[in-house]
Formats: sequence, structure tokens, C-alpha cells
Amino acid sequence: MKPREVAPPASPWLAGLLIGIVLLYVGLLIGIPLVNVFYQAFREGIPTFFQHLGEREFLSAARLTLLTALVVVPLNTLFGLCAALALARRRFPGRALLLSLIDLPFSISPVVAGLMLVLIFGRQGWLGSWNLRVLFAFPGIVLATAFITLPFVVREVLPVLEETGTEEEEAAKTLGANFWQIFWRITLPNIRWGLLYGVILTNARAMGEFGAVAVVSGNIVGRTQTLPLFVEDAYRSYATGSAYAAAVVLSLLAVVTLVAKELLERGSPSRRIF
Amino acid sequence: MLQALSQLSWPWGLTLGYLFLMLVLPLAALITKSSTLGWAEFWRIATDPLALSAYEVTFVTALLAALVNGVMGTLTAWVLVRYAFPGKKLLEGLIDLPFALPTAVAGLTLATVYSSNGWIGSLLAPLGIRIAFTRLGVGVAMLFISFPFVVRTVQPVLQELEPDVEEAAWSLGASRWQTFRRVVLPQILPAILTGVALGFSRAVGEYGSIVIIAASIPFQDLIAAVLVIQRLEQYDYAGATVIGTVMLVISFLLLAVINLLQGWASRHET
Repeated sequence: MKPREVAPPASPWLAGLLIGIVLLYVGLLIGIPLVNVFYQAFREGIPTFFQHLGEREFLSAARLTLLTALVVVPLNTLFGLCAALALARRRFPGRALLLSLIDLPFSISPVVAGLMLVLIFGRQGWLGSWNLRVLFAFPGIVLATAFITLPFVVREVLPVLEETGTEEEEAAKTLGANFWQIFWRITLPNIRWGLLYGVILTNARAMGEFGAVAVVSGNIVGRTQTLPLFVEDAYRSYATGSAYAAAVVLSLLAVVTLVAKELLERGSPSRRIF
Repeated sequence: MLQALSQLSWPWGLTLGYLFLMLVLPLAALITKSSTLGWAEFWRIATDPLALSAYEVTFVTALLAALVNGVMGTLTAWVLVRYAFPGKKLLEGLIDLPFALPTAVAGLTLATVYSSNGWIGSLLAPLGIRIAFTRLGVGVAMLFISFPFVVRTVQPVLQELEPDVEEAAWSLGASRWQTFRRVVLPQILPAILTGVALGFSRAVGEYGSIVIIAASIPFQDLIAAVLVIQRLEQYDYAGATVIGTVMLVISFLLLAVINLLQGWASRHET
């Protein structure tokens, strides 16, 4: 966007000063730390970097993270679509309450989210005597991740649905289309970009989640250690090279997410990322 | 009509069922566990000196970080909307990074860069300032993760601002600063406060980056989220539940404040 001409006329001296302050602040807080991730990872050369990526602990953590996302993303996409379809077409008492309930995972600390699952599935929890093997295992990691990433798809699809309205769908219905025909031919094409963005955000958060997973997974190396947990564990055991190699992989995920946001934003109003 | 209802009922069923299983049940587990403790016991655990110091470290540091970002975020939004300069696209991209970067990575790299032999930490070490593994480190991590909120709430409002009032103030002889303070600031204030509240709420709940950059020493830089985990590791479920409930209640209150602020902000826009 082109900066507008606004009186008072821009003073180049003041503009330079303000731009300098902002660049310095963002550089110190975000820019330098980001460069550092790549610097540390490649400091000992590219072969060492790939050697770290070949380590067994890294590979099993990466596999677990991918598997988790593979379960959580479709689950929350399906839920998000259903919830958005249901909520967009109705006004009813308690709708605002339902919406804030859906938003809740955004404001709850991930650690508290994990704690809730411990209170259900832990040995002293509600279902503790059932011996379900949820905690310290894959199902617990999936549940914690699904909790944290629950709002993203609803939050992206709902505004798009509200904006497009129901005229096209009603026209199709009068012409004799059934529910699925309307969904595939009209609703889905209308919401596809919002849906895609919601899925991308869900995926980014699912692969990067730390706090909630840390509480429920038990962090057992090679079995319940996800990639973010591997980063912390490697750092604490002074395997800095491995920590940074994994950090690069996760940073690339973040960069891809931001590029996708940028691409999806073209021609449409600015998207929220939170 | 009946047909339409039956067609819509399964998305409803799925939505409500999923919400019940994923959100309501866990919330209920936390609340019932707290209520079985009894009020006196709850209060005793919630106000134990270590817990009080953890709240203080968490909330005061988060508030300071959110306020600093209130100023820096507004300035950043201003620079992005009003000026053209090389590297602006890159700056735009960097601003969203804290949302997208997994917090463990943020903690790892901040702990390295701000440690006393890191790129930035080594410049401050001769002055006697240590950042990583102290409360300042907690503050830096909170600054990092709460930075985008103010920028992203203020930027659209600043973009939509009508220039005529500013021009009028300027032509009537107001200084640059007066024009900003009296004309621009009142219009963007609700957005700034919303961003500060969102950033504060995020910083209060943050765990991943802080547990890496902090030393988590009791009464120094131990935050509430880390205390919850420590209690769980000691199998002190009551302790973890009480502190978790206190954090949950505060998130609810913050959510209410944010909703009020957003309502105020949208009234302001129209």
C-alpha cells in the first residue's frame, strides 16, 4: 500500500528517526534471533547439519510431529467446517457464548490445557481407573494439540460464510440441488481460501505446540517426544547442534506459513493470524 | 422446513458433541477438582508465598512487556502506514514471525542471543546486565511473543483514518506532536488498548519460550505456568489445579476486558 499524503508534511528527519527506532527494535527482538537460528545450525557446515537431521531421536520426533498433525488437522478441519456452517446460518440466544467458548483455547495457557487432560486421564483423574493409556502416549498428544488448535478453522471460515450470504445456495436449492451438491459446487468454492488459510494455521500451530504437549506427553525420548520437545531436550543436554538443526526445520515451517499468508492476502483484506 | 432442519442437524450434532468432548469436559474436570478442595484449602494453596511470587513475576512482567509493546507496536504501525522505505516488506514479514514460530524455537534462539556470550547479551554483559536466565529474560521472551498484537490491531485503524481532521489541526497551528496527541491518538487508543490486552493475555499464558530462557529459580524468575508443571511433576495435583484455576479465572477476566475493548473500538470506528 502506498503511504498517503497527509498534512502535516512528512519531515524526513523525523521519519528517519522513527523508522530507525522501529528497525532497531524489531531487529534486536526478532531479526537477529531468526538469523541466529540459521547461523547456529549451519555453523559447523552443511554436512554436520544433515548429519544432525539423520539422528534417530530427531527422526522419531519428526515422525511423531507429522503423525500428530496428520490426525489433528483433518479432525479440526472437519469440526471447523461443521461449526462454521452451523453458526453462520443461524441467530439464536447463546450464539455469542458458543463463539467465545470456541475461542477459549486462544486465551487459556497451554499448560492449563494440558493440566485439564491430566485431571481426566491421569491416575487420579476421572477416567484414571479405566487405564486408557492416553497420557504419556500418542492419544494424549493428539488431544492436547487438538484442544489448542480448535478455533483456527472456524475463525477463518465463519466470517467468509457470513459475508457471502445464502443467496446462491438458496438459488441452487430451488433449482433442485441437494445438500452435497450445494456444498461441493457452491459453499466450498466460496470459502476455499479462508478454509485453506485456517488449515495452514492449524497445521503450523499443531506442529509447533509445546506447553500442552509437554504436560501430557511425558517427553519419553524416541516415543512421545515431538519436534518442539526435542528442541528443548537437546538444548538442555548440550546437544546444541541437534537443537538448532531441528529449530531450522521448525523455522522453515513458520516461514512457509507466513509466505502462504502473504499469498492468500493478495487482493483480499488483511487476514488475522491470531 | 423439516427437511432443511434434518439436513442441518448433523453438523450441529457434530459441533456440539466435539465441543463438549474437547472443551467442556476438560474445563469441568478442572473446576470440579478445584471445588473438591474446599474454599479454605483452595485459598491456602492459591496464596502460598511461592505461588504469590510466581503470579507477581508472571503478571507484572507480562504487563510491562505488553505496555512496552503498546508504545513500540503503535510506533511500528505508524511507520508502516505513513512512510515508504527500503526493507518495508521484510519488516512486515518479521512482525508476524512470533505468531508462526514455534515457541520452543523462540526460547532457544533468544536464550542464545541474549546469554552473556551471545550476540546481544555479550554487549550488555560488561555493563553488568544479564538477560538470559534472569527475570529480564522472561521479559524479553514476553516482548517477543506479544509484539505482533498491537501492530496488527492498530495498523488497520490507522490506515482508515480520515486525513481532514489532522490537516485542519495542522493548518490551525498545532504542532506535529499536538496533532498526533490530540487528533490521531484518541482515534487509535481503543485499538492500542485491545492490542495491549491481547498481548498481555498471550504473555501471561506463555510457557515454551520462557521455560528455556529463564532459570526458573523460585522467587526470582519462576512463572506461574512453570510452577503448574513443577507441581504436576511432584504429583501435587491439588497444587497444580489451584494455580491452573487461578490462571484460568484471570484469562476469563482478560477475555471479558478484551471483548469490552473491542466493542468500544468498533463503536469508535463507525
